[in-house]
Amino acid sequence: MRLLLYVLSAFSVIALAYWAYLENYKTQEVIGEVRALQRDIGQMHEELAVLRAEWAYLNRPDRLRQLVEMNFDRLGLLPLAPEQFARVDEVAYPGPAPTAGLALTDARDVRADVQGADQ
Amino acid sequence: MIRTPLRPLAPVLDARARGENPDRIERENLRQRREDIRDRFRLRSEGRLLVLAGLFLCAFIVVGFRMGELAASEPREPSGRGGGAQIAQARADILDRRGRILATNMLTRALYAQPPLMVDKAQAARELARIFPDLDEEKLLAQFSGSRKFIWIKRKISPEQQQAVHDIGEPGLLFGPREMRLYPNGAIAAHVLGGARFGEQGVNAAEIVGVAGVEKFFDDRLRDPARASAPLVLSLDLTVQAAIEEVLAGGMEIMGAKGAAAILMDARTGEVISLASLPDFDPNARPRPQVTGSAADSPLFNRAVQGVYELGSVFKTFTAAQAMELGLLGPDSMVDTQGPLKWGRFTIKDFHDYGPELSLMDVIVKSSNIGAANVARMINADRQKEFMRRLGFFEPTPFEMPEARQARPLLPPRWSELSAMTISYGHGISVSPLHLAAAYAAMVNGGRQVTPTLVRQDVVEPGPQVIAPEVSRALRTMLRQVVVRGTASFGDVPGYDVGGKTGTADKPKENGGGYMEEVISTFASVFPAEDPAYVLTVTFDEPEILAAGEMRRTAGWTAVPVAAEIIRRVAPLLGLKPEIANQGQAGITLVSQ
Repeated sequence: MRLLLYVLSAFSVIALAYWAYLENYKTQEVIGEVRALQRDIGQMHEELAVLRAEWAYLNRPDRLRQLVEMNFDRLGLLPLAPEQFARVDEVAYPGPAPTAGLALTDARDVRADVQGADQ
Repeated sequence: MIRTPLRPLAPVLDARARGENPDRIERENLRQRREDIRDRFRLRSEGRLLVLAGLFLCAFIVVGFRMGELAASEPREPSGRGGGAQIAQARADILDRRGRILATNMLTRALYAQPPLMVDKAQAARELARIFPDLDEEKLLAQFSGSRKFIWIKRKISPEQQQAVHDIGEPGLLFGPREMRLYPNGAIAAHVLGGARFGEQGVNAAEIVGVAGVEKFFDDRLRDPARASAPLVLSLDLTVQAAIEEVLAGGMEIMGAKGAAAILMDARTGEVISLASLPDFDPNARPRPQVTGSAADSPLFNRAVQGVYELGSVFKTFTAAQAMELGLLGPDSMVDTQGPLKWGRFTIKDFHDYGPELSLMDVIVKSSNIGAANVARMINADRQKEFMRRLGFFEPTPFEMPEARQARPLLPPRWSELSAMTISYGHGISVSPLHLAAAYAAMVNGGRQVTPTLVRQDVVEPGPQVIAPEVSRALRTMLRQVVVRGTASFGDVPGYDVGGKTGTADKPKENGGGYMEEVISTFASVFPAEDPAYVLTVTFDEPEILAAGEMRRTAGWTAVPVAAEIIRRVAPLLGLKPEIANQGQAGITLVSQ
């Protein structure tokens, strides 16, 4: 009886040690993963900061002004002026839907296709 | 261990002699021995239990502390690189009021050399000099060949330059990460932002320190690692600032002025929407302060907050305000304007002769010095001094820029009656344009004092009452009349009801004694005059313009048209709808249809 107890406890110690060993390695693996993720997040943050800086740099008023001047023929953009404000009732009532008058190119009747497939 | 015998001879003999059973003695001793043994074992196992309990306690304490630590610790921002822990790298961004970036950080590299690791020093020096034209090959080679083990070559290099240095293939040339302060908008709002430089630097990191403007004022807050992810939001509006700087620069060029400044302020909260000073500079490459000449000629000099000037007739508004506040005069009370006015050997003259008397309204509208001086005599010097103190003209403005804290107004050493008379039309007192803008805001917003600020405010406590709301209303009518039929007739912007007061002050000679021909011309304006939302002050230093066949210097010809153009450009950007004059008519047409 006593021997059985000793043997059992010895086995349980071995099993526990094995379990602890396994958990330890899993933990270390997860820690490594977290570290890698954190590094990735940090790099993403840096990239984001660079992209934000670039966005701000590309949208700086001086550059936009130059672009507006360069593309004046096509876009005809001017600074916002007081005359551009209007009350709602000064806006013309919208005319008929603009798509109605458009010529359809490359259009085909889908229903005909479906009927063809049925036959 | 000496065992006590179970049958000690002497007691056994004694017992036998007395005819008792000696076995009883043996049993007694045996019992005693067992009890001793039992006590010993109990003590030992109790000790073991105690040790075990102690171990468990330790384990639970450790677990508990760890749990507490995990629960209470600040979540740490993941960082892409290790090291640099001693030098706090992160510096918070600066945004404008709509969240657009005014200043941010960018990661670049610094280039350094470790000569002991170098293979071909001569070639490295030659190649470096080719990549960076500002480096000298001979000097580099001398440095590499010297006894130094560590040499900084470049503080900031671009990725292309880094690649080029990589391509040299020299193991002794190394890179360290560097955060760099970047101002993506270039010179826009340069004076407000100031600039930054590297402070303490190590291999893996360098500290960024603000040198001027908000970068310096908020340096501690921007460098605080706990608040690095929370950007500093200013009250500036980037679009408005850019538009104002553009118009102002155009105006300055036409007038051939030495400098110009403009401040756009929210009349109720004191938030500065735009603060421009020309000439300006690029904060990404902040020029060194000039060592020769006047500091005021440097582009680093902020004319809007740093410079104190005699601003001239714009002060008449305060004189009229005080006279009405004290109940001495109403807008229609007549004031003596018979000139010239003599005071001792001092003579006060007007630009034109305005006849024997004008109403107080017309003193402002036509800008009569004599009229203002006579009003000041009614007010008297002590009361005027007190009023000027309440308007904040005695102290530097409590503005969030180190430059503003140094701009102390110049006041007359003795506030005599003559000083009061000259101050009534803005001579003999020098204040910064920012002082003026804050005081005008208080004059027109219903009489509440405002504190100029550069930080976006969500809730603003109304300041103490400086003048009564009725006086403020009367002043607004006067300022509107100045534009409608007075000295600022070029200032009218259809739809925005601009009101304002011009000021043209002869510049005092730098070495004292008298005035020069050049002027400082100022236009302090409010719009819309009926319910003022914004105060705009425009100041030109030494403007001149050839108009209507004459060289003009007065503000009405210089500062006013520029201010009008600024309002025309900026008011729509601020979301102010123009008042449409024929509103009723349009409505009728609609009904009749």
